[in-house]
Amino acid sequence: MHNETLIPYLLLLGDSALVQGQRLCEWCGHAPAIEEELALMNVGLDLVGQARNWLEYAAELLDDGRDADALAFRRDERAYRNLLLVEQPNGDFAVTMTKQFLYDAWHFAVLQGLAGSSDERIAGIAAKALKEVTYHLRRSSEWVQRLGGGTEESRQRMLAAIAALWRFTVELTAASDNEVQLAEVGIAADPATVGAAWLKQVSETFASVELPLPKAASHFYLDSRQGLHTEHLGLLLAEMQFLPRAYPDATW
Amino acid sequence: MYAQLVETGVKRVKSLEEMSPEERNFQEKVDAEIKIEAKNWMPEAYRQTLIRQISQHAHSEIVGMLPEGNWVTRAPSLKRKLQLMAKIQDEAGHGLYLYSAMETLGADRDEEIAKLHSGKAKYSSIFNYPTLSWADMGAVGWLVDGAAIVNQVVLQRTSYGPYSRAMIRICKEESFHQRQGYEILLTMMRHGTQAQRDMVQDAINRLWWPSLMMFGPSDEHSPNSAQSMAWKIKRQTNDELRQRFIDQTVPQLELLGCTAPDPELKWNAERGHYDFGEIQWDEFYEVIKGNGPCNQERVATRRKAIEDGAWVREAAVAYARKQQNKNAA
Repeated sequence: MHNETLIPYLLLLGDSALVQGQRLCEWCGHAPAIEEELALMNVGLDLVGQARNWLEYAAELLDDGRDADALAFRRDERAYRNLLLVEQPNGDFAVTMTKQFLYDAWHFAVLQGLAGSSDERIAGIAAKALKEVTYHLRRSSEWVQRLGGGTEESRQRMLAAIAALWRFTVELTAASDNEVQLAEVGIAADPATVGAAWLKQVSETFASVELPLPKAASHFYLDSRQGLHTEHLGLLLAEMQFLPRAYPDATW
Repeated sequence: MYAQLVETGVKRVKSLEEMSPEERNFQEKVDAEIKIEAKNWMPEAYRQTLIRQISQHAHSEIVGMLPEGNWVTRAPSLKRKLQLMAKIQDEAGHGLYLYSAMETLGADRDEEIAKLHSGKAKYSSIFNYPTLSWADMGAVGWLVDGAAIVNQVVLQRTSYGPYSRAMIRICKEESFHQRQGYEILLTMMRHGTQAQRDMVQDAINRLWWPSLMMFGPSDEHSPNSAQSMAWKIKRQTNDELRQRFIDQTVPQLELLGCTAPDPELKWNAERGHYDFGEIQWDEFYEVIKGNGPCNQERVATRRKAIEDGAWVREAAVAYARKQQNKNAA
């Protein structure tokens, strides 16, 4: 069986969707327009729903008595496997949408690959998620264009957002041995294909509004695949996990 | 619902004989239960009253997201998180839908929202109370959405067509929210720990009276009711609706195994209704005036969201204009 390689991969998918969804929850009541309140919460809802599916599968494979909630609410940050990108603070709307777009472009390519996974459970979850993420990507790429090609101020904010976030994109194009192995047996999306599709999408969207594409990010000390996160994840989890941690015997 | 103390600007209800021919024609339609539509003639005071009521209702949906936003990042399970996110999403949708209904009357959404931010327009007093524990997410769904539904079910028959249709759609979703809220509390009471049961009782203690205040002042102190009733914008009085809410809620309260913070609450077999204690009207009017525990924070948060988002909206407009020019060229 591939459990030692498959579980971390499911956590990468589930934790990334969950953390991105959690960040979107933080926008509640603060969005720049009521239409965006609706859209941000809608995208978040999709992502947390997907996270639940991935974490349920991971919990079944772990088979150690923990369920999806236990994985979401009782794991420390060192055990979280989400992309560094999605744990970054929301910042202004340009940072939020850039983060969303860079993630969506990766997410879309991954799910496209996974919809044909030899693991039927994965293929099923991915096929459903792909419909949702197709919309997420369309929406976030349109916002990158609006903000990148809108006013001078919005363009400056987009440039600043890209500059702040770009270093974390190294994880979106780099392949881990784990994923390469899973891809070879037809379970995971092929990392090389994902990386190329991601770069194509980002290059084209940026080029459409003349946003310069930074040079490829280089590897650095932190690595979410080893549970080495930025300082932001701990605080995010402290908030998200507060109730189950404070009331360990409770039923909600 | 979430409209309280809506001004009609009318001191006395006119009789049919006192009305101009077009006003009389309008009133006869209302009396015959024919819906008034956007393009129909209507008295200016009717139009203005509806704008105030529907905008107040829309503002309440949007401000009402804030007390829930306080807990959505701390929901205790994936299921509860998803439920709350879906509820908040519905509320943003209700707000949009209601602002659209309001715009059919010739009002402008941005102008009405500016009135909210300047403190001129109201929203339901209930959202000026804080949500202090997770149990409040259950209590808000059960009591606040429950009170709203009692009002809105009646408003499905309101005389203005677009508002009536908005209510029909919104009622369906709110009934769902109310059941979910109750289920949150029931789970904590039946399967939870003592600490959780205490949390539920505490939430009810804090939100019980403010929920009863949602129906607005008592009939004797509701100067605008007569005209709103004659126009069939309102279909039942504040006290009638409040009584209905209490009558349907007390059995649910007992099923939870909780109590209301009202020693005078008891069944009156003669009336066929529950008797209840006197609402603290001083508190109600203070909250309405802006002196509740969270009025300042709620309005400041909404104002900041729209102000901080100005550059985003400007960028969207500028980009759309550039695209249009490009397509025209």
